[in-house]
Amino acid sequence: MARTLFDKIWDPHVVADLGGGWSLLHIDRVLLHDLSGARALNEIKEAGYPLAHPELVFATPDHAVSSAPGRTSETFAGGARLVAGLRQRAAETGVRLFDLGEDGQGIVHVMGPELGVVLPGTTLVCGDSHTCTNGGMGAYAFGIGASELKHVLATQCLPQRKPKRLRIRYEGTLPQGVSPKDMILHAIGRFGAAAGTGHAVEYAGAAVRALSVEGRLTLCNLSIEMGARAGMVAADDTTFEWLAGRRFAPKGAAWDAALAHWRGLPTDAGASFDRDLLIDAADIAPQITWGTSPEHVLPVGGVIPDPSDAPDAARRAAWTAALDYMDLRPGAPIAGTKVDWVFIGSCTNSRIEDLRAAAGILRGRHVAPHVTAWVVPGSERVKRDAEAEGLDALFRASGFEWREPGCALCVAANGEAVPPGARCVSTSNRNFVGRQGPGARTHLASPAMAAAAAVTGAITDVRRMEAA
Amino acid sequence: MEKFEGVTGPAAPLLRANIDTDLIIRIERLVGTGRSGLGGFAFEQLRKLPDGSDNPDFVLNKPAYRDSPILLAGPNFGCGSSREGAVWALMGAGIRCVIAPSFGDIFFANCFQNGLLPIALPEEEVRRIAEETEGSQGAGRTTIDLKRQVVTTPEGRELPFAIDTRRRDALLQGLDDIALTMTRQGDIAAWQARDRAARAWAWDSVQ
Repeated sequence: MARTLFDKIWDPHVVADLGGGWSLLHIDRVLLHDLSGARALNEIKEAGYPLAHPELVFATPDHAVSSAPGRTSETFAGGARLVAGLRQRAAETGVRLFDLGEDGQGIVHVMGPELGVVLPGTTLVCGDSHTCTNGGMGAYAFGIGASELKHVLATQCLPQRKPKRLRIRYEGTLPQGVSPKDMILHAIGRFGAAAGTGHAVEYAGAAVRALSVEGRLTLCNLSIEMGARAGMVAADDTTFEWLAGRRFAPKGAAWDAALAHWRGLPTDAGASFDRDLLIDAADIAPQITWGTSPEHVLPVGGVIPDPSDAPDAARRAAWTAALDYMDLRPGAPIAGTKVDWVFIGSCTNSRIEDLRAAAGILRGRHVAPHVTAWVVPGSERVKRDAEAEGLDALFRASGFEWREPGCALCVAANGEAVPPGARCVSTSNRNFVGRQGPGARTHLASPAMAAAAAVTGAITDVRRMEAA
Repeated sequence: MEKFEGVTGPAAPLLRANIDTDLIIRIERLVGTGRSGLGGFAFEQLRKLPDGSDNPDFVLNKPAYRDSPILLAGPNFGCGSSREGAVWALMGAGIRCVIAPSFGDIFFANCFQNGLLPIALPEEEVRRIAEETEGSQGAGRTTIDLKRQVVTTPEGRELPFAIDTRRRDALLQGLDDIALTMTRQGDIAAWQARDRAARAWAWDSVQ
């Protein structure tokens, strides 16, 4: 029978049928960060459970650390205790930790793929909703809360109900100036912030096959903003070439065995999905959010919507509150809205290709005088690679601050925040109320769009900059 | 986990779509505050005005709803971040049940780990409960009976709700999930032995 990629990973990972539609699912890899990871390791110790398989667990500090140049784990005093706790518990339990300044450290979902920890066909969890990012490697990766994280650390398993299958096919070719970030924001705008609830999403089609691994990780990163705990792209030669030789990827004969397994995983022709959606990649324009949910998104040429046009009362209430929070007026074009801050970074868009895309717009240009602009590479490796290419110098010359790897302004849990009332174009994944700091106003966009906003000091169609 | 059998009280309406877990609890509160201290910070961005005073328009600040054990919400409640602190904050603020048309998947799962009951009802029903409650100036009580799987509205209408049996039983008995899985250690060891033979690469590459 024809089967999907998701079924081909899920089914063999079922350790036991628990009845009533529940399965005990084996988890092959666990990622920990300073916020949820330190707490989980502490609580599991208090509960008296040893770690079932510390060799399958990998940790790094990212959320509660400063991104200031020259930072240490003490720079943000509020997070120092968390990082210290993570270090201590990791050492006690044998969990591998990639610490500040060390090759491997970075945003946990940049670190995992980069180290070859995340492999096609494996199951992976982290106490972080953007764990779905890792599905870009062809893994089944999903975010969980603190209790479920403890459960996995203690047992290497998790009772789960099998989600439904949703496929989103992007056929055709992406237009110039349109990025993976725009692909997924377009889908969220079209299908809604809950379209994927209860589903594992597979992204497929010619425009997805054409993406680099970095692009696929970006695409999968926003699955949770569409409601789906997991998003995935079938691994192919692009994946295998990217993965080969990475630190924890199989080597030699093991690589060959893995490759033989991986080549059998893509969805079979004729396999059925609970929902199957189609997007023509040629229809996608650069996207920008206007409100406080990722579904509040427009093509950059669009007009800010009127709550009286909302499809239902709950959305009318949400749109009204969002416009008030964002200080925007219905009917006005979104382009031209003045911005104060620009942030390039986060587990969505902090990889080397993202930095190159932004740098391509910045070359020979300068950040507008009233704009504060930060670039925060996703990992120590990304930072070093970018510096080897001279991207740090280019960003600095154009007026950006070049900072240390971490979550930084995406999450504002590290002493770094966009000031109250300030408007920020951000390459991150959440425009929620207060996400980038109390009162901060966030507009989500691609790295190229963020760079364009930095240069012009306003929300700008990057395609016009490229033509200039 | 705390047991849950039922609850009665005024149901506080917060009928806005896509209330995310960042809005329920700000992340810096999770950096600096223990699990038990979060209740006072629940919905702080809605509850407080920029000058730090209470926002009189926010539903949980209104006298009739200050002690509501039930929250009525819009679709996709608890979307976004996986922070279980959202559940701890709601429970710390006295909420034991959220009724909404739909929930974020991770928040939904986290609720059952802590003894907070999320009930999915059609949007019109959630709205009607809100109208019945507000029509009585908050005096009307809503009752949740988990054993019977029924919500009784202020006007006495009985609305059945669906809940997964495993989750219902765990709530009623306050079961510890980890202890249950530990009883499967034999199955887990057998699975892992088979998998180490079949997928040696998945194990050996991280040794």
